[in-house]
Amino acid sequence: MKIKRIQLTTTVRNFILGDAQADRVVPPTGFTAQLTMFSAAAMGFLAVFTLAMSLASGRLADRWGAELARSSTLRISAPPDQLPAQTTAALRLLETTPGVASARALSEDEHRALLAPWFGPDVPVDTLPIPQLIEIIETSAGYDSAGLRLRLSAEVPGAVLDDHTRWRRPLVRAATRLRTLGWVSILLIATVTGAMITLAAHAALAANAQVIAVLRLVGARDAYIANAFVRRFTLRAGIGAFIGTAVGMLALLILPSAQADGGFLTGLGFQGAHWLWPLIIPPIAALVAFFSTRAAARKTLRNLV
Amino acid sequence: MIEFENVAYSYGGGELLSDISLKLSPGSFHFLTGPSGSGKTTFLKLCYGALLPTSGQVRLFDRDVRSFTRDDMAMTRRRVGVVHQDCQFLDHLTLADNVALSLTVSGRDHFDEMANLSELLNWVGLKSRANALPAELSGGERQRAALARAIIMSPDVILADEPTGNVDWEMSQRLLTLLVELNKMGKTILIASHDLALIRSAKSQVQARVLRISNRRLQLAGADL
Repeated sequence: MKIKRIQLTTTVRNFILGDAQADRVVPPTGFTAQLTMFSAAAMGFLAVFTLAMSLASGRLADRWGAELARSSTLRISAPPDQLPAQTTAALRLLETTPGVASARALSEDEHRALLAPWFGPDVPVDTLPIPQLIEIIETSAGYDSAGLRLRLSAEVPGAVLDDHTRWRRPLVRAATRLRTLGWVSILLIATVTGAMITLAAHAALAANAQVIAVLRLVGARDAYIANAFVRRFTLRAGIGAFIGTAVGMLALLILPSAQADGGFLTGLGFQGAHWLWPLIIPPIAALVAFFSTRAAARKTLRNLV
Repeated sequence: MIEFENVAYSYGGGELLSDISLKLSPGSFHFLTGPSGSGKTTFLKLCYGALLPTSGQVRLFDRDVRSFTRDDMAMTRRRVGVVHQDCQFLDHLTLADNVALSLTVSGRDHFDEMANLSELLNWVGLKSRANALPAELSGGERQRAALARAIIMSPDVILADEPTGNVDWEMSQRLLTLLVELNKMGKTILIASHDLALIRSAKSQVQARVLRISNRRLQLAGADL
């Protein structure tokens, strides 16, 4: 096992360092080389943004999902003299409702804090006819909202159950799908990169048909000829993707930073260890180039005697 | 070394070579003649596996070419030096790099029989031109460089396709002398040429058999040569 690992390491190192003599055998591929590097850079750049979008969608789905588990609100709108009694009745009812983990009435300060964004911090909450809010925390099983509404309508006539979990669920589903779409996009980017590099490799191989014929004439093995092209395209794709990834990460770095109450757009970027994720793009691009060029080279060489 | 047994080769619906049987023994010297388009180059390509026979059997070093893997074929070509009329150089490499190409692709950094590349270039009279690009070489220089490339791996067989086709009489004599020297070293030589004067000159220096392709078949040429 250890020997195999050492052999693999040696093979990879030799592949990256290359053979100066062998590299000179195939002439510079000019336009196709530039095309490969540019394509890989562009795809690397796009992959960074797609990855960022996918990870941001994931965070959003997780956040909304977490909130789903613990958030619904009971709003009691009643004349001021009936409000305390209805609040007490509602809390008592909630205590006996299966699926409700806890329920508590929001204090005046909490009401004030909720209204502050619209009316400022000095709202005279005690003088305004503000409904009483009760925060309901669900158990993992959740409660029967239809049944609860029926009971509330009978015992607490001023209560309205604001079941916002039900409108958050489609948003979570949307965020989850967005994340899936992000990964599908990354897969497509890798496929398109492979297709572009395959085309460029085919062009380079066709342009060097005479070189390949001479190499075959003097006894070069297929692996030797293929490697000369594969190494070149792999390194260029890797370098191009590295440049594109670096530029993409820089662009994300200078985006406005996410705010606690910010929306999706301000949160588009990487957070914490997620900044390490884009680093896999250049090696993946190089691997895609390696396999696509090798397949193209082998196909071309198979057609020669 | 190279054996043909009832070999036929067809191309584009027509038979180019038919019922050819031949054995090239080690150390022999052969000329192959015939009019243009008679199939001399095709015959040479069959000799080093660049073409496969339509029927019959070609054996290289006691093995049927059809049984060769692609790697086997590559290894076999290191034992067969080929000189093309158009030389087939890599234009971006210097003469020295082109000559050393077989060594480069085989991963060798030393020569078995030639002390070094410089000595080989000196032998073919091209030492001073080592760093020249193919485009800067004259016809004779290109042919000698092609010969140097063909023999650098110390092959058992040397196949030359009209090696004197683009050079003057003096240069063709010089190339012939080099090939005769190689034959004296024990190499098997097969030269495709329609240059009868060259063949007559060679026969005065070495025991050479002359083969002629006529009407798709291989014949031993008569005493008129």
